Parts: sequence; C-alpha cells; structure tokens
Amino acid sequence: MKRFLLPLGVFTLLVIVLAFGIYNAPKNGSKEIVSPLLGKSAPEFTLPKLLEAGQSYQGKSLLGGWHLVNVWGTWCGECRAEHATLLQIKGEGRVPIVGIDWKDEDAQATAWLSQLGNPYEIVVTDRDGRVAIDWGVYGAPESFLVDPQGIVVEKQTGAMTMADWQQKFLPHLSANPQGDAKAGV
Amino acid sequence: MNSGRMNIRTLLFTAALGWSALVFAVDNTPPLPDPAMQQRYVTLINEFRCVQCQNEALADSNVSLAADLRLEIHDLIQKGKTDDEIRDYLVARYGEFILFRPRMSLRNAWLWAAPALMLLAGLGIALRVMRQRARLPITDDEPADNTPDA
Repeated sequence: MKRFLLPLGVFTLLVIVLAFGIYNAPKNGSKEIVSPLLGKSAPEFTLPKLLEAGQSYQGKSLLGGWHLVNVWGTWCGECRAEHATLLQIKGEGRVPIVGIDWKDEDAQATAWLSQLGNPYEIVVTDRDGRVAIDWGVYGAPESFLVDPQGIVVEKQTGAMTMADWQQKFLPHLSANPQGDAKAGV
Repeated sequence: MNSGRMNIRTLLFTAALGWSALVFAVDNTPPLPDPAMQQRYVTLINEFRCVQCQNEALADSNVSLAADLRLEIHDLIQKGKTDDEIRDYLVARYGEFILFRPRMSLRNAWLWAAPALMLLAGLGIALRVMRQRARLPITDDEPADNTPDA
C-alpha cells in the first residue's frame, strides 16, 4: 500500500494544480488583457474636440476630479449596446464621462450622438489612433476610471453593463469620494 | 508544342503566385530608408502579438490596430529608438502579453524552473528506486504482490 503513496500524492497535486488553473481561468478565455496602466498615471494627450470645432482638449483636464474615459466608435457594435449604460451613468451624475471617438468620422460620430443621446461631458477625436495606443486600447469599447490625481484605477474591456459599473467601478468612488466634492464645486 | 504549353502553364502559375503575394501583403507601412532599419522593423513586427487577434503577429494581421502599431514601430525606429526601448514602449501599453516570447521575471520564474525541477525530482525518484532494488536479495522470485491477479 505504501508504494502507491508517492504516485497518488503526485496525482493529487496535479489535480489540485489543474483545478486551480481551470477555476481561475478568465471567463472569455485569454481574450482579456490586464491593463498595465492600472495604478499608473493616465497618458497625456491633446486631441481636437468633436463638437466644438477648432478647440482641443488636454489630458491634464482629467486632474482634480473623477472621470470615466470611454473609447468608442460608430463602427463598433458593442458600443451601441453599451450606450444605454453610459446614458444611465450620466444620469446618476457622479462621474463625468470623457469620450474618445476612436478611428471614426466626425459626421458619423455627431449623427450617432444626436440620434442616441450624448452621455459625454466632452468628446475628443482620435483619428489616427495614436492616443488609443498610449492608453493600450485594443478593441472598443474600453472604459477607464481615472481618479482625481490622474491615476487609472479601473478598466473595463468590452461593453459596460450597469452591473459592471456598480460592482467594479462605483466601489472605487465610494472608497475615495473627495473627487466628487471637487467636481461638484 | 508540349513544352510550349508547359511554359504557358508555368507562366500562369508564376503569375498566380505573384498575385497571391500581393493579396497577402498586409503591411502597407512605407519602407524605412535604411535597409538595416527595415530589417529591424521586420524582425520586430514578427515579435509582437496583434492584441486584437491574439494568435497572429503584428506582421500578419489585417486589423487596423495592427497597422497603427506597425506605423508606430516604424516611426519609433526612425526616431532612433533601440529594439529594447520599442519593446518596453509596447509592454508599458499592452503588457507582457504583446510579446510572443515572454521575458523572464520573478512572477514566471517558477515556470522556467519547472522543467529542471521536474528532472531533478525524476532523478531523485530513480535513484531511490535503484538503491532499493540494489538492497534486494538476488533471487529469481518476484515479490508476491507483483504477480498478475488472473
């Protein structure tokens, strides 16, 4: 009996390791990349505004209050699915949403916003995708929660649902709401 | 006559091959002026994963993000960045995952060490078994519990 102990032990260990791997695997395979941006400063950028022709917006403006940065495009089906959630988040009024319209056309983007409603405090346009690379964007929609110090604290890849917003994003705000107060001034 | 037909066939075949090469040339990034730079560019775009399509290299991907990243690498080389700086640049944005050949780090060191550790463990077990066998009395009789039941 004793001679089976070692193989049995090795086998049990293997089962434990494999079970751990299976249960901890991300739900959608390896598709989702953990952003190296989490815990780091949001990348700097200067981009033209979509709705105010000739004006530009600087990434520094994100400082001083919580912001949700949402990367979208009219060519992106998931973004359409996500739009209602963004409008709802706007309705809550806790965090202003900054939209980065990624590799898109101004006319189409403007039409999209007037048809579906505009959840954004500001929309900037990234036509050649350079700024999106700095944010590590690999598929719209992507959303980043930026704290008042300009640190990226949470990221959502793919369409955000209200459940995602409440479970992943809102706890950050509740834990450190001083941004809310500043934004409200 | 026969050889003439062969030639036309060969010609058509070659033409078809040439056409397919055009179809599959996904990279529209302008070539770098210096051949050495262009060589580095080609090596680099084969080293990185297209994060959107994941099992393709940047070099092979049709996706527009891959084209953007190729152009970015193109421009970084032109700006005089070294290969390592370019790797760091992309890893800072997309994570280690963008590298087809992951770097060794504390987090994955156990993975690199695992084969060596398993080999050592195997050697240890083999040595123990051999020592045990060596201690057995020399006899032709198999131990009772080692005989087939049937």
